[in-house]
Amino acid sequence: MSTLVARMAAAPPRRRAILPGAALAGLALAALAALPVAADAAGLPFLVVIATRMMIFGLAALSLDLVLGYGAMVSFGHAAFIGLGAYAVGILDAHGIRDLAVQAPVAALVCALFALVTGAISLRTRGVYFIMITLAFGQMAYFFMVSLAAYGGDDGLPLAGRSTLFGMRLIEGDPALFYAVLAVLAVALLGLRRVVASRFGRVLRGSRDNAVRMQAIGVSPLPYRLTAYVIAGAIAGLAGVLLANQAEFVSPAYMSWQRSGELIVMVVLGGMGTLIGPVMGAAALIALEEVLAHYSDHWRLGLGLMLVAVVLLSRGGLAGLAAKLGRRA
Amino acid sequence: MTPLLSVRALRKSYGALRVTDDVSLDVAAGELHAVIGPNGAGKTTLIHQLSGSLRSDSGTVHLAGEDITALPMVARVRRGLARSFQITSILDGFSVLENVALAVQARSGSSFRFFRPAATETRLNAEAMDALGRVGLADRAARRAGSLSHGEKRQLELAVALATKARLLLLDEPLAGTGPEESAILVGLMRELKSTHTIVLIEHDMEAVFALADRMSVLVYGRVIASGAPAAVRSDPAVRAAYLGEEEAA
Repeated sequence: MSTLVARMAAAPPRRRAILPGAALAGLALAALAALPVAADAAGLPFLVVIATRMMIFGLAALSLDLVLGYGAMVSFGHAAFIGLGAYAVGILDAHGIRDLAVQAPVAALVCALFALVTGAISLRTRGVYFIMITLAFGQMAYFFMVSLAAYGGDDGLPLAGRSTLFGMRLIEGDPALFYAVLAVLAVALLGLRRVVASRFGRVLRGSRDNAVRMQAIGVSPLPYRLTAYVIAGAIAGLAGVLLANQAEFVSPAYMSWQRSGELIVMVVLGGMGTLIGPVMGAAALIALEEVLAHYSDHWRLGLGLMLVAVVLLSRGGLAGLAAKLGRRA
Repeated sequence: MTPLLSVRALRKSYGALRVTDDVSLDVAAGELHAVIGPNGAGKTTLIHQLSGSLRSDSGTVHLAGEDITALPMVARVRRGLARSFQITSILDGFSVLENVALAVQARSGSSFRFFRPAATETRLNAEAMDALGRVGLADRAARRAGSLSHGEKRQLELAVALATKARLLLLDEPLAGTGPEESAILVGLMRELKSTHTIVLIEHDMEAVFALADRMSVLVYGRVIASGAPAAVRSDPAVRAAYLGEEEAA
């Protein structure tokens, strides 16, 4: 009896209202899965390319949300992991290693290692200093790639072709790549949802809200923050692997600080600490980019205004807005 | 028998200001030892030094015979020394139950578990419910902690400290900011906790202190000017001059 009460009491009270039910998630997944077919029928194949790009950056923004939304660590160098993941593909490709079975683990490992080293140093600081130091590490990675003449330097590095998986050319076509990206994103989203609700996630959230309280119950936040930083780095690295494959090209531009800023915008626009929000934020930002760029070269001005509106009108970002509308309906 | 907590010649200065000046005191297992003193006497600084959130300039702190002077707060908590905060420090966004369950989790098993939802760990929740039951918050378990009344938040602080399975509780002005009714609940609660825990209580409310304390120390300008049973301390001329007289005059 008492355990039943405890179980009920422990269920996060607002979860059900914010997150759409499994049915809604299934519906969204089905709609996405039908997109390549629909786009092909409508004669708009570029939609698949854009949607793929949205999901790739959605994956990266999702990983940043673990750090930023759940850990309150404002990392301003997250694009470095995308770039490192992309370069893992590019450099291995240049040496004739084209299989994802090697490329993806190498990318994740390199990014995890980079996150471990830079995180161990960065996480000694908080607030503005943390922002600055992650920016500095991001820029170091950027300039390292710019100066790496053997692999294209500033000009970037074209791939010989898209990666294979266990020798099979599975993601040769854009629709196939789309499905691959969708699968990775779905697994990452579901996986991270479990992580933030786990013991680990609880400590991470507690440390975000009140680090002194955590110490007073005998928990030092640092190892948990660092672990979150490493997990996020590895996932962003996988986003880089996918990005390199989509473009069949890698470039230091993937890891510029503007890119890191855009990732933060995606997370804030979509709703920090919601996981699904940053994915929506990435999609919205890229959609705006596509649409507004049609009308004016100064499309960023319009983007800025929209961002101001969303942040002012809904603290919870797009995810918060969606929840609000859902409750009203 | 070794005292559970033994403090010797503890000092802390900020520049020329001696905030803790040669403080020594012993707290025997099972007793409630109150530390009183006027504003600015250095009570909270002393709690910070005992809990490990502030390093002492010199002196030693022993817990059950073990020298913990150099240990940080996290390590002291793991040895059974828990504290509550003068300014309520709970996780407002968490449910009441989750606040306590997190403290249970912190001492039982690794928190590097990534996939099982923590909220469904029945053992954590059951132990948390026990602690909530002891402080009288069982019916508030599902509420958001931030929505509790001030007095209830103070009760929740106690529940969290209990959930760490501490041997020694350092309570930093648990009655701060509470109304008379809330105060009465908390005093009753501390009387109850006394039966199972050794407590160092820093408190401003004299009535509560004399109702609860087995022994007490009076801190004035960082120095212990008297220490002993409440009756003896109450009649100590130095204490009357420095502190209680001031209260009566007020």
